Amino acid sequence: MPADLKYTKDHEWLKIEGGNVAVVGITEYAQDALGDLVYVELPSIGRSLKKGEDFAVVESVKTAAEVYSPVTGEVVAVNDDLPDNPEKIKESIEAGWIAKIKMTDPADMEGLMDKSSYAAFLKGLTG
Amino acid sequence: MNKTPLHAHHLKLSAKMGEFAGYDMPLYYGEGVVAEHEWVRSHAGLFDVSHMGQVTVTGAGAAAFFEKLTPSAFQSLAHGVAKYTVLTNENGGIIDDLIITRTGDDAFFAVINAGCKDKDIAWMKANLPSGLTFTVLDDRALIALQGPKAEGALRDVLGIDAADLGYMRMTTAKLADGTEVFISRLGYTGEDGFELSVPSAKAGKVWDDLLSHDDVKPIGLAARDSLRLDMGYPLYGHDIDDTTSPVEADIAWVIGKQNTGFLGAHRVLKEKGEGASRRRVGLALIDKGVAREGSEIFDPAAPDRKIGVLTSGSFSPSLKQSIGQGYVESAFAKEGQDVLIRVRGRDLRASISKMPFVKAGTKSAAK
Repeated sequence: MPADLKYTKDHEWLKIEGGNVAVVGITEYAQDALGDLVYVELPSIGRSLKKGEDFAVVESVKTAAEVYSPVTGEVVAVNDDLPDNPEKIKESIEAGWIAKIKMTDPADMEGLMDKSSYAAFLKGLTG
Repeated sequence: MNKTPLHAHHLKLSAKMGEFAGYDMPLYYGEGVVAEHEWVRSHAGLFDVSHMGQVTVTGAGAAAFFEKLTPSAFQSLAHGVAKYTVLTNENGGIIDDLIITRTGDDAFFAVINAGCKDKDIAWMKANLPSGLTFTVLDDRALIALQGPKAEGALRDVLGIDAADLGYMRMTTAKLADGTEVFISRLGYTGEDGFELSVPSAKAGKVWDDLLSHDDVKPIGLAARDSLRLDMGYPLYGHDIDDTTSPVEADIAWVIGKQNTGFLGAHRVLKEKGEGASRRRVGLALIDKGVAREGSEIFDPAAPDRKIGVLTSGSFSPSLKQSIGQGYVESAFAKEGQDVLIRVRGRDLRASISKMPFVKAGTKSAAK
């Protein structure tokens, strides 16, 4: 995972584009926990989201995982490739992003983890 | 948490472990559930199902005992023949589904679900007439070898030739060291295959030996679930339970014609004659998405009218489509009937489908 990403405790990553748009996906840890992916349910464009609200669902054979918005804002783009090619989530940041959210409160970024603190957080989870 | 005799072997294979019916069990191994599912359909998969219960009932009257506890016929059952049936309660609900094999004139071997072990054992003991002996074989492991390559692997690895063993038939065989194993040609995947009942102390060697075959890979419980969903097999606690009758569950074929004296017969036989108000059906999604257990089913002609509920559902790696089972009002229980399944507030189109969803690869009974 690239160094300029931010991470949540729910295993989303986000990348800031153009100052106020958060590109959101799920981390390798979440991908591994889910296993083979079979479907992604995307939010509609224009939907308003509160920080912590679930806005997408990633489905594996065994389970469905909700994806939570790390920030408050509005959905401005979704990755239309994913419903038909859910495994693309695992390919790269460029291929596997889920949605772009235009942030209304830059303070939402505070408290998100950087790469090294997320790595430490994962280490705490797995012992 | 409980462990099977093969627990350490799963850890050594780096299985992703999870809790099932109080046991720490392998959910999937390195390649994941889709690859495992496809491997069983094309090769042979090895499953640890030692968490299931193995019991025997022996003594004069053992057949009559099972004709009281299940709706099936056992007096006429030939030796070495296995029968799928259910334990019914006084209200005709299903206590468990199980496979009972006649091993002698007055001897039967049964395999019961892991999650039902305690209540089944208590139930059978409570209903046991004097003169019969009930034994829990808790010193035996159960290993399933399933897939089109299973017969060859069994021969190549263990030197057991099962070519003449028919579907739903059981025999005994000896391992190289003389250990006796029970071999049944049946399973929960829809493929040809076997379940081997092996003394726990020998299970590890049988497991490792079978895995050494090029056609055999270990398969976890996640693929066991997706494989059985393809076949429309019910899973106890989900698709059948203490409230569902065999008629509602669409397994009325387990009822033996001459058996009218089983527990719950008043309800079950009435429903068999008159029909039940709801029935278990297969459902296949038409829209994209995945519908899972608990999703409510609605009438497309009146989308606010709930007509049923999904009791199992997942994405089939074989069909690349979401399939499931559920109960619907009997008027809707016909093949090709369109319904709506509500998934997170959205109504997805689905249709009632014939089960199995995938053609079974099991052998015929007579060989």
